[in-house]
Amino acid sequence: MSNKILIANNICKSFHDPITVQVLNNISFSIEKGEFISVIGKSGCGKSTLLYILSTMDTDYDGDLTIDGVLMRDKKEKELASVRNAKIGFVFQFHYLLNEFSVLKNVMLPGLKLNKYSEKENEHRAYEKLKVLGIENEALKLPNQLSGGQKQRVAIARALINDPLIIMGDEPTGNLDKKNSEIVFHIFKDLAEQFQQTLLIVTHDNEFASRTNRIIEMQDGQIIKM
Amino acid sequence: MKYKLIASISKSLLFARLKQTLVAAIGVTFSITMFITLLSFMSGMNDLLDGLILNRTAHVRLYNEIKPSIKQPIDLSDKYKNQYNFVSSVKPKDEKAEIRNSEAIISALKADTRVTGIAPKLIAQVFYNVGSIDLTGTINGIDVDEEARLFFFKNYVVGGNYIDLKYTPNSIILGIEAAKKMMVDIGSIIQVTTSKGERFQLKVVGYFQSGIQEIDKVQSYATLNTTQKLLGESNSYITDLQIKITNILDAPMMAKEFQKKFEVDAIDIQTANSQFETGSSIRTLISYAVGITLLIVAGFGIYNILNMMIYEKMDSIAILKATGFSGKDVNNIFITIALSIGIFGGALGLLFGYGLSNVIEHIPFNTPSLPTIKTYPINYNPKFYMIGGVFSIITTYLAGYFPSRKASKIDPVIIIRGK
Repeated sequence: MSNKILIANNICKSFHDPITVQVLNNISFSIEKGEFISVIGKSGCGKSTLLYILSTMDTDYDGDLTIDGVLMRDKKEKELASVRNAKIGFVFQFHYLLNEFSVLKNVMLPGLKLNKYSEKENEHRAYEKLKVLGIENEALKLPNQLSGGQKQRVAIARALINDPLIIMGDEPTGNLDKKNSEIVFHIFKDLAEQFQQTLLIVTHDNEFASRTNRIIEMQDGQIIKM
Repeated sequence: MKYKLIASISKSLLFARLKQTLVAAIGVTFSITMFITLLSFMSGMNDLLDGLILNRTAHVRLYNEIKPSIKQPIDLSDKYKNQYNFVSSVKPKDEKAEIRNSEAIISALKADTRVTGIAPKLIAQVFYNVGSIDLTGTINGIDVDEEARLFFFKNYVVGGNYIDLKYTPNSIILGIEAAKKMMVDIGSIIQVTTSKGERFQLKVVGYFQSGIQEIDKVQSYATLNTTQKLLGESNSYITDLQIKITNILDAPMMAKEFQKKFEVDAIDIQTANSQFETGSSIRTLISYAVGITLLIVAGFGIYNILNMMIYEKMDSIAILKATGFSGKDVNNIFITIALSIGIFGGALGLLFGYGLSNVIEHIPFNTPSLPTIKTYPINYNPKFYMIGGVFSIITTYLAGYFPSRKASKIDPVIIIRGK
């Protein structure tokens, strides 16, 4: 039990506009520390919807979600924001870097928000993360001066800055070419193996999924294999 | 620390759209500049116009009006006491317009702490003799020093030196229009005839210009002594006591009090000049309305620009929220942006407003009716700057409030999934 960092229990979700469609139907599973999980399924099977519920960004669902032993139901928007800040790292299909800030500052932002370390320490930690991802030389550039693959690596560094309990990815390689996808996959793999980082990645790249520890396959809002 | 982060994010967003930000700030600057200038100018003008009359008007004026006695002899008779008595065609008693016992009244007023100054006055109706023609005129007998101290007499003497009136015996300061009509210069001797038919020769030592032509045609000034001589009265004979008091708002109350205490007639400044107060308060109201309208328009500019910024920065807002910034943080970021535009634009506006007022103050403004005014009047009241500053902050806050709230309510899921 103590190793289970995320537990989903009977999660259901429906969209009501224009007609009620149930997109998630009694999803229950748990994630243990250090697991590298991929979620696969056809387009529209609800895997992204599930990810956003698990990430606490979507609060409109039935069922229980427990992260790090704490029930997420009935938490206020502000409390959920600090859960995301401290415990969850995100990597999306699009990098979502702020073009106004340097790469380094982009990585630092969630750390500054967490305010656990001083600004100096934060900067140092951000450098460390960039070094792990092999892009420390780009630290002072602006995001729009980087290539697509590099941007995605910056986004991963940003996800790592607060040493999150879990990294969630929504098609993190979806926008990348073969070579960059491979780089990103190896980064995830290294994080899982060397740093015991828990990862939950939604993907429709079956080859990517086949190389992860555990595959959750979804169909029509239900888990059919896990 | 936390606010520092929000401030640094706001700053980056601001500088990312520097042009738009500047346009918004210029809007605020412009409106505050106009607000300050308009109010300073309008209120300077108000002070000038009010001063035209009010500076020379006593706060309380004591006089003795010639009128029929309220109690007629029949009212005193025991026989007709319980009846209604009708007396037709009542005439005033033959008495002088003098304030009786004026010396005692003056010393009583001098002891009163609410009174800042008393200027006795004596009005004599005369004719100015120009050859065989007589022009009607009024000579005001004044105490030159007090008149200068309390009623800015010096400012209205346009030719000659006002103090000569005091030191030259049998001298007169003529109204400028009257002097023109009579074609006399300073140093000339004129002849006046009093209402009793006596003739006097007076030396012209200066011209007087009030700015109101009708007054300048008739009014002249001489010392109390000279005027008393003209009328053939003793040197305690005065017809008016002009009183200035510390708090002008007490005037109506004090007028009533003096009327009772000294058994004279008294009129206060508010009653005598009510139309001026109404005029200035409405002018002030209009300037405030225009100034605040300008600010509200600037507020809409800020509102638009923030709205646009929020649409542009949807992605950034979404990722900030995804990585742990709460709605309140996002709200604070945009409020900070709005307020910095307001504070920066407002401060510049106050500065420019001061500058523009200064420029206006140096524009020549010559009008024959206002001899003492050489440039446009400006009132540098710190109150206007305070109101301008506060209003710039309030309007920009309100302009930022709704867009910020919208930004804080952005659902990151919708933005991120939409990609």
